[in-house]
Amino acid sequence: MITLSINGESHAIDVDPSTPLLWVIRDYVGLTGTKFGCGVAQCGACTVHLNGKPIRSCVVPAVAAAGKQIITIEGVNGGKQGLHPVQQAWIDEQVPQCGYCQSGQVMAAAALLDKIPSPTDHDIDLAMSGIVCRCGTYPRIRKGIKRAAAVINALEPLETSNE
Amino acid sequence: MNKWTRRAFITTGVAAGGVVVFGVAIRRGDRSGKVRELVAGDGDELFDVWLKIGPDNTITAIIPHADMGQGVHTSLAMMLADELDADWSQVRFEEAPAHKEFANYALAREYSMPGADFPAWLIDSVDGLFFRATQRMGLQITGGSTSVRTTGQIAMRVTGAATRTVLLQAAADEWQVPVSELSTQGGMIYHEASDRKASYAHFAPAAADLSMPDKPILKASDDFAIMGTSLARFDVPQKVNGSAKFGIDAKLPGMKYATVMAAPVFGGNVVSVDESSIQDMPGIRKVVNLDTAVAVVADGYWQARQALLSLAVEFSDGGNSGADQEQIFRRFGDDLDAAASAGDERKDRKSGNALAALDAADRIVEAEYRVPYLAHAAMEPMNCTAWIHDDQCELWLGTQNPLGFAQQVAKAIGMSQSQVILHNQYLGGGFGRRAFDDFAVQSARIAAEVPYPVKLVWSREEDMRHDHYRQASISRFKGGLDGSGNAVAWHNHYVNKHDPIEAPHIPYGIAAQRIVFTDSETHVPWGFWRSVDHSLHAFFTESFIDELAIAAGRDPYQYRRELLADSPRFRAVLDLAAERAGWGDELPDNVGRGIALHKSFGTIVAQVADVEITNGKPKARRIVCAVDPGYAIHPDNLAAQMESGIAYGLTAALYGDISISGGAVEQSNFHDYRMLRMNEAPAVETYIINGGGPLGGGGEPGTPPIAPAFTNAIFDATGIRIRELPVSQHELRLKDVEDVA
Ligand code: FES
Ligand code: FES
Repeated sequence: MITLSINGESHAIDVDPSTPLLWVIRDYVGLTGTKFGCGVAQCGACTVHLNGKPIRSCVVPAVAAAGKQIITIEGVNGGKQGLHPVQQAWIDEQVPQCGYCQSGQVMAAAALLDKIPSPTDHDIDLAMSGIVCRCGTYPRIRKGIKRAAAVINALEPLETSNE
Repeated sequence: MNKWTRRAFITTGVAAGGVVVFGVAIRRGDRSGKVRELVAGDGDELFDVWLKIGPDNTITAIIPHADMGQGVHTSLAMMLADELDADWSQVRFEEAPAHKEFANYALAREYSMPGADFPAWLIDSVDGLFFRATQRMGLQITGGSTSVRTTGQIAMRVTGAATRTVLLQAAADEWQVPVSELSTQGGMIYHEASDRKASYAHFAPAAADLSMPDKPILKASDDFAIMGTSLARFDVPQKVNGSAKFGIDAKLPGMKYATVMAAPVFGGNVVSVDESSIQDMPGIRKVVNLDTAVAVVADGYWQARQALLSLAVEFSDGGNSGADQEQIFRRFGDDLDAAASAGDERKDRKSGNALAALDAADRIVEAEYRVPYLAHAAMEPMNCTAWIHDDQCELWLGTQNPLGFAQQVAKAIGMSQSQVILHNQYLGGGFGRRAFDDFAVQSARIAAEVPYPVKLVWSREEDMRHDHYRQASISRFKGGLDGSGNAVAWHNHYVNKHDPIEAPHIPYGIAAQRIVFTDSETHVPWGFWRSVDHSLHAFFTESFIDELAIAAGRDPYQYRRELLADSPRFRAVLDLAAERAGWGDELPDNVGRGIALHKSFGTIVAQVADVEITNGKPKARRIVCAVDPGYAIHPDNLAAQMESGIAYGLTAALYGDISISGGAVEQSNFHDYRMLRMNEAPAVETYIINGGGPLGGGGEPGTPPIAPAFTNAIFDATGIRIRELPVSQHELRLKDVEDVA
């Protein structure tokens, strides 16, 4: 039995603690927005935030996430009704195609903007190259990140300049 | 996605809640040759499309295609809504259930025009099942870039226009005025003279009793109000918050999880399974022998996967363990040699006398090209959830061919097709892979052994090693040049023709052409892979025309252009790409520029690639793409498909390589079958020409030209001609090393 905090909710789960976090989130907690793509930290489809950092949940044992804050795509908007600025930018730029990689893309982009509110192209390359999009939505992801950055910076000038 | 139950959609007229359903059966007149067999006994109703009008005036289009990222639901609904003069904010869609009345007959018919043979990929698919399925049931396939140009043109627009016609008639009847005095806009009917107006919903019940016209008048493109605009796609909001349901996301009460391992060598079988090897592992429910594969069922995917990796299984090799990649290429070469010396090549296309023209030519250029096998590597690994209960089998999955899947599943578990209920979900990538039903049949066979629902998920390794692959191939060319470098002869001999038949054909006005092929099939399962044969032949032909231009000492763009004097549409697309790219401008020393032109699925695409060489590594910086699809129904979506097709083709050109060793695939995951990533992705600019004529496809035509545009650019920078893909296996260095050092 392990206890995980996912999107601010506590879940007690009867599972082998070495099971990768991805499968606990999907098969036991039932949150299916986080995707399986490779199982070996090569594609980023399974990206979630662990204490605010983007991680590949397919290779992190669930036990390593116990006592930490896990945020998935379902909770990236802070549990609010609306959308995270990255999600809104994704709609504005019509980023997704098949959509399968996009939970991972949104999570990676949100973590990037948390750390670097005005990322350069190079910052974007570094933060996003771990997340494969087989549909090739990369040019729109890049535009989406820049659009979201502009929105965030306009909303929270003080917070971001304090960083 | 909402689904209709079987009962609901066979009902027409006024249904529960005041919803009115209009169904249009499109009758096709021309049913010659082999296509007749497809529909024999099915009567006249070859293609039905349905729309519903709700009491609140919402319009729902029932769309017989799966969405795999190409935005088809939106584009098709736009075509219907425009002809109907609907208010777009009131338009919805539902995906049609798997039923023969939604069959995509047009896909089969398109390949069966006079002079064309029946599509090879229907006949040659691994076991022919696909073909038999289509014979019995018609097609409801999402593939061949046909959704918009056949379903859209033939069915959605006609349905919208015909429904508008009966709504107008119903209004004329009620108001006692001639139809000619009425007008429609935004889901309303207006009679200006008496200042009356009412919604479509008001007239819908009466209209449902009228008979629909067979041939309603469709709008001219100048009158389009919705088509030709870039409306927000229906599917995007669900795809940014994790709520879109893919096959892999199915959830059922009491569901267990399974994963499989097939005999690594194609053609092999399970010889023995020792279940005791995993008896102590937790959560294991069952081991199922599927003849060619073994499955483990467990409480979670992870447990099933761990157990499968520990399971002691012995597989046979079907006599194929001797096959390896070099030997396969050697055989291709030997078969080409043998056919050429015996003169028994199979004819593809001929004009003039190419052999005589080569003899008379001033100069002959020769080249041989090779491409490897390719996997689809859709982001969502193959998966299917099956539940057999109450004398039926329910399936949740993403498929490009729901009818064919239902048919094969029924056969595999001894049910009739009507007992198989298929719930099509979003596809996490299709690219042709999800037209093959192997994984669905496996899941149903596993479900037949257990009393609970089972979600079968393939590991990425299984997905990579048990795909249906784009074929490896060799293509040989001889080109004849006259004294001034003009191309006077084109001779091309390649292995293994699949589909579409025109893939190896060139648009250039070279008088003497001989294009021939030789069969040299291998044991590796073949599948249609985004753009099918175009994916290889565009690389071959657009590389070789570049070689001719260089041999003639001419500019590759101008050389192509001069050969297109009789093909103004091709020339316009080529010119647009060259002009927007700034063809002829000075480039930095470490940047090369290449161009390529190719038509596929009715759409002409030209691409100019700017490729930078740094430390021997090529990077595509910028791709300028010009495209003429006839008419772009949704321009932004077309641009997105070009971006996507370019990334898919560039991934293959740069890295794509599935190789065979000991009869099995060597690669296993994304570390050894690499994907293009953000830091390698070029900026893409797309420019659209609405050239008129029949609509072309959007999902595939962006892929073929990118490989040759990329390698032609590498040649421009380095002088190295890439004749074998992928590029990553070649050592590159700049032409004038001192200059840039
Ligand atoms: S599934 Fe975790 S990185 Fe691919
Ligand atoms: S949108 Fe399909 S994999 Fe990224």
